[in-house]
Amino acid sequence: MKIVFVTVGTTSFDALVKVVDTKQVKEELFNKGYTHLLIQMGRGSFIPTKSAGEDGCLAVDYFTFSSSIADNLKSASLVISHAGSGSIFETLRLRKPLIVVVNEDLMDNHQSELAEELAARKHLFCARPQMLYNIIASRNLEDLLPYPPADAKPVAKLINRFLGFAND
Amino acid sequence: MELDSGNYLSMALMPIFIVTFIVIATISILIRIIYVISRSSKPLKRVAHEPLSTLIVLGSGGHTAEMINLLSELQKDRFVPRIYIAASTDNMSLQKARALETSLVDQVVGIRWSSIFYVESIARVRKLSLSGLLLYKLQMADQFFVQWPQLEKKYPRAHYVGCLM
Repeated sequence: MKIVFVTVGTTSFDALVKVVDTKQVKEELFNKGYTHLLIQMGRGSFIPTKSAGEDGCLAVDYFTFSSSIADNLKSASLVISHAGSGSIFETLRLRKPLIVVVNEDLMDNHQSELAEELAARKHLFCARPQMLYNIIASRNLEDLLPYPPADAKPVAKLINRFLGFAND
Repeated sequence: MELDSGNYLSMALMPIFIVTFIVIATISILIRIIYVISRSSKPLKRVAHEPLSTLIVLGSGGHTAEMINLLSELQKDRFVPRIYIAASTDNMSLQKARALETSLVDQVVGIRWSSIFYVESIARVRKLSLSGLLLYKLQMADQFFVQWPQLEKKYPRAHYVGCLM
């Protein structure tokens, strides 16, 4: 069982749900060996087509919200996420292949900054909704660099030095 | 009759009280701003053995994790008492802080000496957030930390410190 988990966070992102629900994307995911597609669709109004996954196609299921998506992320083999920093870092920590899809409808879209920077550093793939199929079809999704662990030591050192505490 | 005249008197005095209050408040705020700007960015000259009471302001929107990572690196005995603030609409952040702390104090300490450290969110790569920009431009923060090198280039007074997530 290879699960693709799609998450849109707390808002609505119909453009993403719509594009993962297209025949083209679902067939390409199935060809790549994925068997299940689970969509967390948030407040969106577009309802994807459920499928039990018989006769050689992807099984599709969806839900609106859940108090924690940690278990969904853990069981996924590929995560397709909105650009929120919370789900990006949660996925990177779990070392799961990640495609971040930027919501172009958001005003003052600073969210894309983080996704584009992490994509330039090869920790994830970054796509606009209409480019999602191309990424899935053309890239080796496992071909990403692990994200290094967080390090708060430099900040702590500067704060301590500023306040006159000895560094140790 | 006496009661009426008493009321009349206090009503006549009300504008004076209000004006006095506004004048005092404005002067205190101005003194505070001048003091903070003149003091900011200068390291403290002190023998640092006594702990410092610390106010921790948690933002909503998934950035509490960055603060928790930072706090776990700071020596707990140096930064006491630790007081947390979060938006009243944000009940997740305080829950996470509570998980870190055994007890939380519910008070905010008033006007006195303080140092301000600002950590820009990891989500800001090329441009500061509005709160970050205000603190940077007004030079309100004693130390200003950013998590991406591009921001240090653009805002030279910022310190690039790597990623907190």
